[in-house]
Amino acid sequence: MKDPKVYFGLLVSLVVGLLVPFGVHAQDAATGHFRWITFAVFASVITLTMWITVVAARKVRSASDFYTAGGGISGLQNGWAIAGDYLSAASFLGIAGLISQYGYDGFMYSVGWLVAYVTVLLLIAEPCRNIGKYTLADILAYRNDPKKMRVVGALSVITVSTFYLTAQMVGGGVLVKTLIGIDYDVSVIAVGILMLVYVLFGGMVATTWVQIVKAVLLVIASLLIVMLVWVPYGFSLPAFLTDIVGDAKVQVQVAKLLGDPAKSMTAAELGQRFLEPGLYLKAPIDQISLSLALVFGTAGMPHILMRFFTVPTAQAARKSVVWAMAIIGGFYLLTLFLGFGAAHLVGPAVIASVDAGGNMAGPLLAQYIGGGPESLMGNFMLAFVSAVAFATIVAVVAGLVLAAASAMAHDLWVGVIRGGEHVPPHEQVAAARVATVLVGAIAITIGIASKGQNVASLVALAFAVAASANFPCVLLTLYWKRCNTNGVVAGMIVGTVAAVGLTLISPNLTYPKVVRAAATKVLDAESAKRQAIAMALQSADATEIARATKESAALDKAVKKAHEDLLKVEGQETSFIGLEKPAFELKNPGIVSIPLGFLAVILFSLWRRDSRAESMWDEVYARQITGLRAHKASQH
Amino acid sequence: MSNQIDWATVIADPRFQTLARRKSRFLWGLMGFSVAYYFALPIGAAYFQDLFKIRIWGPVNLGLAFALSEFLMAWLVAFYYSRVANREFDRLAMEIAMTVEHHVGG
Repeated sequence: MKDPKVYFGLLVSLVVGLLVPFGVHAQDAATGHFRWITFAVFASVITLTMWITVVAARKVRSASDFYTAGGGISGLQNGWAIAGDYLSAASFLGIAGLISQYGYDGFMYSVGWLVAYVTVLLLIAEPCRNIGKYTLADILAYRNDPKKMRVVGALSVITVSTFYLTAQMVGGGVLVKTLIGIDYDVSVIAVGILMLVYVLFGGMVATTWVQIVKAVLLVIASLLIVMLVWVPYGFSLPAFLTDIVGDAKVQVQVAKLLGDPAKSMTAAELGQRFLEPGLYLKAPIDQISLSLALVFGTAGMPHILMRFFTVPTAQAARKSVVWAMAIIGGFYLLTLFLGFGAAHLVGPAVIASVDAGGNMAGPLLAQYIGGGPESLMGNFMLAFVSAVAFATIVAVVAGLVLAAASAMAHDLWVGVIRGGEHVPPHEQVAAARVATVLVGAIAITIGIASKGQNVASLVALAFAVAASANFPCVLLTLYWKRCNTNGVVAGMIVGTVAAVGLTLISPNLTYPKVVRAAATKVLDAESAKRQAIAMALQSADATEIARATKESAALDKAVKKAHEDLLKVEGQETSFIGLEKPAFELKNPGIVSIPLGFLAVILFSLWRRDSRAESMWDEVYARQITGLRAHKASQH
Repeated sequence: MSNQIDWATVIADPRFQTLARRKSRFLWGLMGFSVAYYFALPIGAAYFQDLFKIRIWGPVNLGLAFALSEFLMAWLVAFYYSRVANREFDRLAMEIAMTVEHHVGG
């Protein structure tokens, strides 16, 4: 790369060129004549991150700079960066949305994302800092066969990153489309190119600072909205919640969710029901299975593990997790108010009408707080929150791409193909950049190819693979003397295959026969229902007529959906792996695949003992506990 | 690296043994507590709904209070662990490291 500035300029103008003309034809949440505010705010956020990248690019010279910012990030900075890396659009917009639609269950869902960091803090962060260098495979390779470890480690990192990345790209594309109204494909390309600019030129330095900026903006935006929502109640929780449960919009939502049982409940009971469990999560074992994947999977997430190599010492790693927990936990507490506030002020039905998943709860609340869709402040707030959401997606994607690229370049190219550390530094950096472009291109391609697919379950799958493969292998390598190459290879394979395999035979997939049966049932019952409705419409009772009109509309909707479903599965008999109905009843495989992963590492380690792995144990054990000879930035 | 550390000696050091024992008992104990406390939430929400519905402070019920207490639990665990680690584990680790580096002349 002779003059990075030329490429840099080209890429930036490409992004701006893509965003601007499409924005003109946009139809989005912001009112037309206020569109300039949206663009001004987006331009400011993008300019800020670009400036960071330009400054960072000067500092990236070695592979260590590229992958880990030379190990020169402080604990506090890393804490904010972890929060920025972790708080994806799914948690920022998704959890506030879930709370606005389902109340208590949405909030309960957020708890697991924080508790996951207890595992990271107590078992993973410091030993990883003491043993590792750039990647997850570095930790595994320390006492096991390096080549085999790099191959299985890199494959697992690439698998997890790809699942998570796909979910982020598709979610991001849909989100940017809803928020600022540009085309889906253009959104995906814009997110992809921006992320590539940060990672390619600024490496981990720029990625870290983009994540910090994003986390700070996210916290400021949320704090501001929550303050405005909560001030009228004098910061009293019961007073605030009394208004939520007394809200007619909330009561209607609960009645809709409960269906028939709601008919015998008073309005006050319906409102209170919003603060009780069971409106969203109806399968306890599935919920516990997902919780297991979250609590143990976070500690196996490659982009999170990688963050611990950016700090100079184990103490800094510890400090960074504590800061991250304060920020992430504080943020989820704020989402409680964002979600309930949106339900009360905007209304669950209005939120769901903009985006069925409820993802627009936060942005719509911001618009309302600012003064509504017709005000300058309302549109500024909406634009600000939208820009933060955009920065969120880009920052998370950047972290994931860096993790996947490091696995490709550092583990596979340098470690396996070129045979190790003697590879000259400039080649290592070049390999890292080539891998980044490759991963970025793959991410954009998958993002566009998966348009319209339901990818929500891919996030859960990424955590399940991380918890079933990466987590047992890293944990046992660090804490169990007998753990060896065989065990880790088996654990990686069994964990990944179990998590992916069980998902493939789970209810997450479409089963044409089941869909067809459900649709046929609706259509068969149609004429009888129509007759009943026609009878009711003849009656003299006004409430009876109103009820019948409502039922008629609901029936129309159900029939339309049944016809669409039938069309979708036409000519198909089985799910794409050939099953007529799910063979595994849970949507989340963790409760089965995590124990299988652990069992595989243990049994295969015991089956074939490995004297090298056991003789290296003293060193690994001593180093992970004392931090002696930890890889330091000063060594090069 | 010319000056190799004899790791077996490090492991055999009684101070290392103390540190390792203290640390692992502390970490796994805290870990077990956190996991048990956390899973009480989804289990309670699924199987003890009547308990979770009991109102204790205006519309705030036990379930909501328990969910909020999870945040407090996570923060207290983090605070407690880093306090013990900063005061005790780091000091012991430093002592061991200094002895070792002194021996190998590093």
